[in-house]
Amino acid sequence: MSNTRTQILDGIRRSLKRGPLDQAAARALEMRLERPLRGPVPARTRGLDRDGLVELFERLAREVNATVVRVRDLDAVPDAVADFLATHNLPADMAMAPDPLLDRVPWHKRPLLNLRRGRSHGQDAVGLSAAFAGIAETATLMLASGADSPSTLNFLPETHVVVLPAARVVGPIEDAWDRLRATQPGEQLAGPTMPRTVNFITGPSRTGDIEQKILMGAHGPRRLHIVIVEDESAGAQP
Amino acid sequence: MSSSSSPSPRPRVGLFVTCLVDFFRPSVGFAAVSLLEAAGCVVEVPEAQTCCGQPAYNSGDRADAKDLAKRTIALFENFDYTVVPSGSCGGMIKEHYPELLRDEPDWARRARQLAARTYELVSFLHDVRGVRNVPVRYDGTVTYHDSCSGLRELGIKDQPRALLRSIPGLKLVELPGAEVCCGFGGTFCVKYPEISDKMVANKAADVIGTGADTLLAGDMGCLLNMAGKLKRLRLEEGARPVRVRHVAEVLAGMTDEPPIGEGQDKGRA
Amino acid sequence: MQPTSHRFKDNVRGALADAALQRALGFFDFGQAGLAERRRQAVAKLPEFEALREQAKAIKDHTLANLDWYLERFEKNCTAAGGHVHWCRDAEEARQTVLDICRRVGARTVTKGKSMIGEEIAINDFLAANGIEPIETDLGEYIVQIRHEAPSHIIAPAIHLTKEQVAASFRDTHTQFDPARPLEEPRALLDEARGVLRQKFLDADVGITGANFLIAETGSSVIVTNEGNGDLTQLLPKAHIVLASLEKVVPTLEDAATILRVLARSATGQEMSVYTTFSTGPRRPGDLDGPGEYHVILLDNGRSQLLGTEFQEILRCIRCGACMNNCPVYASIGGHAYGWVYPGPMGAVLTPSLLGIENARDLPNASTFCGRCESVCPMKIPLPKLMRHYREQEYERRLAPATARMGLAAWAFLARRPALYHSMARLAADVLGRLGRRQGSFFNLPLATGWTATRDMPAPQGGTFQAQWRARQRGKGRR
Repeated sequence: MSNTRTQILDGIRRSLKRGPLDQAAARALEMRLERPLRGPVPARTRGLDRDGLVELFERLAREVNATVVRVRDLDAVPDAVADFLATHNLPADMAMAPDPLLDRVPWHKRPLLNLRRGRSHGQDAVGLSAAFAGIAETATLMLASGADSPSTLNFLPETHVVVLPAARVVGPIEDAWDRLRATQPGEQLAGPTMPRTVNFITGPSRTGDIEQKILMGAHGPRRLHIVIVEDESAGAQP
Repeated sequence: MSSSSSPSPRPRVGLFVTCLVDFFRPSVGFAAVSLLEAAGCVVEVPEAQTCCGQPAYNSGDRADAKDLAKRTIALFENFDYTVVPSGSCGGMIKEHYPELLRDEPDWARRARQLAARTYELVSFLHDVRGVRNVPVRYDGTVTYHDSCSGLRELGIKDQPRALLRSIPGLKLVELPGAEVCCGFGGTFCVKYPEISDKMVANKAADVIGTGADTLLAGDMGCLLNMAGKLKRLRLEEGARPVRVRHVAEVLAGMTDEPPIGEGQDKGRA
Repeated sequence: MQPTSHRFKDNVRGALADAALQRALGFFDFGQAGLAERRRQAVAKLPEFEALREQAKAIKDHTLANLDWYLERFEKNCTAAGGHVHWCRDAEEARQTVLDICRRVGARTVTKGKSMIGEEIAINDFLAANGIEPIETDLGEYIVQIRHEAPSHIIAPAIHLTKEQVAASFRDTHTQFDPARPLEEPRALLDEARGVLRQKFLDADVGITGANFLIAETGSSVIVTNEGNGDLTQLLPKAHIVLASLEKVVPTLEDAATILRVLARSATGQEMSVYTTFSTGPRRPGDLDGPGEYHVILLDNGRSQLLGTEFQEILRCIRCGACMNNCPVYASIGGHAYGWVYPGPMGAVLTPSLLGIENARDLPNASTFCGRCESVCPMKIPLPKLMRHYREQEYERRLAPATARMGLAAWAFLARRPALYHSMARLAADVLGRLGRRQGSFFNLPLATGWTATRDMPAPQGGTFQAQWRARQRGKGRR
């Protein structure tokens, strides 16, 4: 094992006509990792305030066939979710991420909603998650795995409902990474301080594999419903 | 031989006529001369020019390509401009000669200097001489094919269209897939004739589909290929006739010669 | 798959005569709604696209110049997260490593997300030969798998098929359903595949995916998909194996963001693919799901040898498919004609790079150098230049047919002798001009039968430009 490793690394160095990098060169690369440089960031999110970013997110989300609804605060979430399920003739049973934000929602207001906390094993029609962030640049939801955030909810159920506090909406992709870094010691995402799975989700699943015709609902969810909660106090980053 | 270092009120242009124009269609060369003189240039045609070396270059024969490049540079480097009625040969001189000779610093410098003063014909007239219209008439519906090298190496896109649009009687319709290769590719059409044929068949279908009665382009290779296919389709399938010419012929008002692939007894102008 | 790149011309003949293939290729439709147009529209909507291309190229060049360091850093972080990194020099080592993992966890079935490295090392046949059933889950890959075919495109593997062909294959394979069920519409085909594969995802013991990127900063692998099959493949089984070649690594999450911005736009015209997933190691304490084991196969298989050569730039390729989506040669013959895993312009360079030019000599030759591939490549790979380098190698090694060399030599001989050139050209132009004057073209021309089989050859006007020009100059008293 280490033999092939050495051979491959030696082969690379031979081709590059040098030995292992010296200290100075290695230090330069270390610094590049410690303070990552951003490339060109699309201007479309520049100068937008929170409202502007949420508006952009909403517009782009609809363009990728997600459905979006805005509610004022967490109190309004049960109605938003229950109404959505009813509109699409979906069962009122949901597999829900055991997320502190979702636990603050007064689900009792819609007692017919049947919520099971935990991961999905493939039998759930609807999954309910909370997003770590929303990237307005492309209407991308960022979800990070953890004890309160099982990734199977994002892929197994046919319908995925995601609660996204407006306070968690950022402009460009890089801002979302910075938010995730801020949750980790030393603000580093490296090995164990990087969540096991970070999902960027942009609309419901689709394919173009048959005669180049785009069809929604391949293996992942057919429906993605995003509930944006405007109240700032809902938003505190986990 | 006059010096090229002092600015001349009438620029001295060396015409690199290209082997295909020289062999197949001299009238394109004369159209080029006419356009250049009308734009205020003095035109010379170095006699010892033959080939720009692209067939050798694209076949991997760098030695022969370098040889021909050096000959071409030596023949043309003393003109104010070198003008070529072809995007393909123009691109060879402008984009590839410096790379080809990069290992010989003196030749590389001379190649760069020549490249800086080398232009394809229509873009030279439009971009350097500021020509915006031509005093001719052409009655017909024209569609224009963008030759690949001219488009991608030399940025020729708007210039021929601008000049064509200035011609009274001429209606310009865009060719769908104008930027898609016609399948000539120099040695490609010899090595892979069936793929080449498929590509030119697609191109011909696009041309016929525009309803245009005239197809123009700036490169003889493309024109021979497209004209040959359109003619065959007419003979074998009764496809609509399309007159194929080099754009210089129309711009110079020199359309007395039969179109490419058409004979004397057709009598079409 | 056994390469057939050396039989390119035979492959092409078959492809051009294949009516179903030609109908499917018709959907490439350069002018209208095809993938090329979708890319063009997406690029037109992003003013920063050119700057992003430039930065993406710089990131990859920087990474390749420091590849050893970045791979070591990736390994360190991946291992710290509980992952295992396996350094494999060639396909055989990679196959054996995968098999060892599968055996150790007692795998019976293995789900697969789309992986070109998987094709390159022919992992499916190897697993099957060792009693482990590989199940492709990407819709296109699943379709070609049940047809016992190879993928013909690096992101749309079944692009060479019509929906009728897919329906026929489903009827043949999914015998559990009512034979009279309607399968005319792609929707019905997709729903059926979704249903069939769902249980396979849940039952699989091992999931194998490729990787669009490896990120050194975090020790993560990244997959970029639209279907969600890649995620189900890597999330559900006991072990997740990532197949990645060395050059997939990028330094940071920001670098990945830059390249992601050009990837989906170039591939399908989407601003972002539906799922971009960053995976770092196996299930963590407290996680409710996730694989128990996480393995990354770092495969060399010729990459380290391309470094430092004139072909190094092909290592910037991010497998977006834009080159083949925009290539008129690819659109005429389809992907299978190229004979191996990588078709189209990038395949015309990578295939000889990995298999040797002597085994794939037609591929870099079957190009007009129109340059469209290079113009759409998000990583600014100079594909025609790299193909030309292979032609140079062929010329030096005398791999080209003798007739071609002789023809070139004859042409160069003449071109160096202007007087001889001009008199021969004039003679030929006069003769052919006279012969062709009436018709204007030749229906048949010996020595040019490849051309005249399907096209007329326009006749020369007669006399060369040079001859006429000299005559005019003499007439005017000039030289």
